[in-house]
Amino acid sequence: MEQMKQMKKATREAFGDEILELGRVNKNICVIDADIGNSCKTGPFSTELPRQHFNVGIAEQNACGIAAGLATTGKIPFVSTYAVFGSLRMCEQIRQTVCYPYLNVKIACSHGGLTPANDGASHQSIEDMGVLRTIPNMTVVMGADYNSTRKLVKQAAEIYGPVYLRFTRDAIPVIYGEDEEFEIGKAKQLSEGTDIAIIANGDTVYLAIEATKILKAEGYSVKLYDMHTIKPLDKDAVLASLKTGKVITVEDHNILNGLGSAVSEVVAEEGGAIVRRIGVQDQFGQSAPYEKLLELNGITIENIVETAKNLIGKKN
Amino acid sequence: MKNITVTELKEKAKELRKTALTMIYTAQSGHPGGSLSAADLMAALYFKEMNIDAKDPKWEDRDRFVLSKGHVAPIQYSALALNGFFPYDTIYTLRQYGSILQGHPDMKKTPGIDISTGSLGQGFSAGVGMAIAAKMDRKSYRTFVLVGDGECQEGQIWEAAETAAKYKLDNLVVFVDDNGLQCDGACADIMPTLDLEKKFAAFGFETIRIDGHKMESIVAALDSIRGSRNELPKCIILDTVKGKGVSFMEDVAGWHGKAPNKEQYEQAIREIDGGLN
Repeated sequence: MEQMKQMKKATREAFGDEILELGRVNKNICVIDADIGNSCKTGPFSTELPRQHFNVGIAEQNACGIAAGLATTGKIPFVSTYAVFGSLRMCEQIRQTVCYPYLNVKIACSHGGLTPANDGASHQSIEDMGVLRTIPNMTVVMGADYNSTRKLVKQAAEIYGPVYLRFTRDAIPVIYGEDEEFEIGKAKQLSEGTDIAIIANGDTVYLAIEATKILKAEGYSVKLYDMHTIKPLDKDAVLASLKTGKVITVEDHNILNGLGSAVSEVVAEEGGAIVRRIGVQDQFGQSAPYEKLLELNGITIENIVETAKNLIGKKN
Repeated sequence: MKNITVTELKEKAKELRKTALTMIYTAQSGHPGGSLSAADLMAALYFKEMNIDAKDPKWEDRDRFVLSKGHVAPIQYSALALNGFFPYDTIYTLRQYGSILQGHPDMKKTPGIDISTGSLGQGFSAGVGMAIAAKMDRKSYRTFVLVGDGECQEGQIWEAAETAAKYKLDNLVVFVDDNGLQCDGACADIMPTLDLEKKFAAFGFETIRIDGHKMESIVAALDSIRGSRNELPKCIILDTVKGKGVSFMEDVAGWHGKAPNKEQYEQAIREIDGGLN
């Protein structure tokens, strides 16, 4: 973990690299692009595997339907677009034509969360995982770095059923080794501890790791999970977190209905812990550097550390 | 394709109409108007044109059918029942708890349904996907899609249409049930669909308009496009009458989504048997 921390890569690159490898081996793998293939890193796939690639233009709803039709014949289509379009623009298409008939369609989206920072609020996607989490039959996944994302994309192709995959536009630190294994629906435990549990996903896992280091250096015992799958949620990991009595969730997503809500649902039913949700504070973003946007929402190493200390000092 | 005469197909259309109305009457819920306007086409497709196998509903090489205007599910269920995809008596369970016959087509529950529909504008895209898959796999099956004229107000219809042209889907046929009425009234008042023939032609389709209740014309149109390899997707616009075959339902928007009472049902069956024209 230590030696790789300086290397940064966008997880959309992981999708582009992995989907090409998958498509070479399995001719049923298809990519449906909606005019932003190059940005979503499917360019090499389209060049090398043109028979498995379809660019339907700026028509996301149609892209979803075409993927559904392909899936009925045994293809494994990946619809590739930006997260805000791949969740909200085609939301009802996903519900009606993919999730309801439980078809083997993957929605693979770059530009998750605040990572399309300079593009402004129209392109930032802060509601996607929450909205799609509420649709039956859907699986919702966001890897924390390049290596885990590749593994999760591969696994999404291997399991049957609808999967929403969310990637970063911007480069984020590579935190896992190439050989590390990941399982959709099973949280990755990164630290064991008893004072507090931190559950993070996506591009905020790196921040949580750094915050954990600081807390540990100050003598706190911290449990840390990378909850790359928010649906199905790894309930065992949340239950283990409850044992500390204090839980912090961290996500690059609205604090409503995303990871923080998913964890809180378990806590509300099981009891035994206080939860603090760090994430987008139910407000739209703006054009700004990515780090500035995180800071405006308190999604920072410093705020995780401070929130943890305050929580640990609190009586349960 | 099966060998069947036009006269026999006309009888099949009557059976479809009666079955659909019986389902809707029994359920006291459903959409009779659009079911009846599509009945003649459905007879031609399900008893003659389509290569399907009731014993093997998921046969890989079967022709696909997409009921994009999913609310007229009763007419498709009738066609499936009369073709033996499930026992005929299943029709009496339409829209009831636990039934395989949902209010709108459900591919997971009903044998012979190729894609779940019900939200307008979406089925056509799925049909385009199926036709693309046939091209990818070099298979000769065709995909038939039925959309409503009101449904063509959905923007996604036109996204799907341009995609069909781009990928040269001469194995795709879209039928427009142009009955002129939608839920709230006349399409011309709600949102004029303008010249659908010209619109589909502009979107790259080989387009014809026929009398959607004249079996001879339907069969001739299907004959004329069968085996076409000209790289053009096909559009057949059917001039139809909503509620066709039942005098008091014909051309009345109010019968879009309303079930008949006992007297109305009995009169409807008599009229269909009597061959009202």
